[in-house]
Amino acid sequence: MATLKEVKTKITGVKKTAQITKAMNMVAAAKLRGAQEKMEAFRPYTAKFNETMSNLSAGANSNSFPLMENRTLQAVEIVVVTSDRGLCGSFNANIVKLALRRMAEYESKGAKVTFVCVGKKGFALLKKTGKVRKSYREMMSSFQMFHAREVATELTQEFLAGKSDRVEIVFGRFKSVAVQTPEFASFLPVEPVQAEAETVGSRKISGEYIYEPSTEEIMDVLQPLYLNVVIYHAMLEVGASEHAARMSAMDNATNACKDIVRNLTIVYNKARQAAVTNELMDIVGGAEALK
Amino acid sequence: MGQQIRLEVVTPSGAKVNEDVDIVNAPGYGGDFGVLANHAPFLSTIKIGTLTYQSGSRRESLMVSGGFCEVSNNTITFLVESAERGTEIDVERAMRAKERAERRLAQAAQQAENLNRSRAEVALQRALARLKVAKH
Repeated sequence: MATLKEVKTKITGVKKTAQITKAMNMVAAAKLRGAQEKMEAFRPYTAKFNETMSNLSAGANSNSFPLMENRTLQAVEIVVVTSDRGLCGSFNANIVKLALRRMAEYESKGAKVTFVCVGKKGFALLKKTGKVRKSYREMMSSFQMFHAREVATELTQEFLAGKSDRVEIVFGRFKSVAVQTPEFASFLPVEPVQAEAETVGSRKISGEYIYEPSTEEIMDVLQPLYLNVVIYHAMLEVGASEHAARMSAMDNATNACKDIVRNLTIVYNKARQAAVTNELMDIVGGAEALK
Repeated sequence: MGQQIRLEVVTPSGAKVNEDVDIVNAPGYGGDFGVLANHAPFLSTIKIGTLTYQSGSRRESLMVSGGFCEVSNNTITFLVESAERGTEIDVERAMRAKERAERRLAQAAQQAENLNRSRAEVALQRALARLKVAKH
C-alpha cells in the first residue's frame, strides 16, 4: 500500500503533466489555424495552375518532354514528407508505414528503392533501412516556396540524370481536424493533368490562345514550376496535419491524466481513511489502558 | 475613362493584386509586353523582372519572379512564385544577395560548374529586380 505522501506527490506530478499537455494542445490549435490559412492562401494558385496545365497538355504532344518520359522501373525514389517534431500521435508513423509498403511493392517488382526525407521524424524512422539518400531537416517549421523549390530541383536532376526512373511522394493529407490520412502521389514523370469535367465546358476557347513562346517551350518552363507546387502542396498538407494530429494527441493525453488523477485521488482518500482509523484505534486503546 | 482590364496577381501565399486597371506591362518570355483591355487570349511565361500597371493616374510596380501569365475574358492573371511591392522589399538584404550572387558567379566561372552558375545567375536577377523596384 502506497503511503499518503507518495500518492500525494504522484497526483501533483500527473496534474502538472496535464497542464503541459493542455498547453501544447492550445499551442497546436493556434498553429493549426496559421497552417490552415497558409493552405487557403495557396488554393487559388494551385487551382489556376492546374487549369492552365490541363489546357496546355491537351494541346501538347506529351512524349517529347524529358520530364514526362516513362522508363522501365529500375530505381524508384520515394519522397517522405513528415513533421520535424514528434508528440503528434501516430501521424508520422503512419506516413512511414505507407512509405515502407510502397517500398515493398516496388521491390517485389525488382526495382531499387531509395528514400528522400523531408522532415526529421521520417528520417529518424527510416534511418535503419539504410536507404535514405538525402534528408532535409528543420524545414517544416516555417517553410517557404523556395524550400520546396530546393527539394524539387534536386529530385528533377536525379530523374533527368537517369538515377531514378520514377519519383513518388508520400505525405499526410489533411482531411479535417479529426482525420489525417497518409497518401501517396506520383511526382515524376509528370503525368498530363486531366481537366475536371466541369471546367472543360466553360473553357473551350483554349485552342485560340496565342502562346508565347510555343506550347512546348511553355511546358518546359511550367513543368519544373508545377513540381515545386506539388512539393509545396505536400508540405502544406503535412504542416496542417501535424498540428491537427498533435491537437488530438494532446487532448487524449490530458484526458488520460484526468483519469489517472481521479483514480489516484480514490487511493489517496482510502489511505487517509485508513490512517485516521488507525489513529483513533490508538487513542481508544490508550484511554482504555489508563482506566 | 476608357475600358479597363481586370488584373490578378496570384502567388503561393495568396492573391496579391485584384483590381481593374488601364494597362499592364510585364516581362514576358520574348521581352516586355503591354496588355490593354479586351486583349485576345494569350499565354506567356514570365521572367524575373518588374510588373507595372496603371489605373487612372496611379502607377504601381511589383517585382515578380518566374511564372506565367494568362489573358482571357478581359482578365489578366499572373501566376508567379513571388510578387513584392517596392515598400515590401528589404533593400539591404537584396544588396547582400546581389553581392553574394556576384561572388558565386565569379567562383563558378573559374570552376566551370554549370549548375552553380545558373543558380547564381537567377539569384542575381532576382536581387537586381528587387533593387530596381525598391528604387521607384
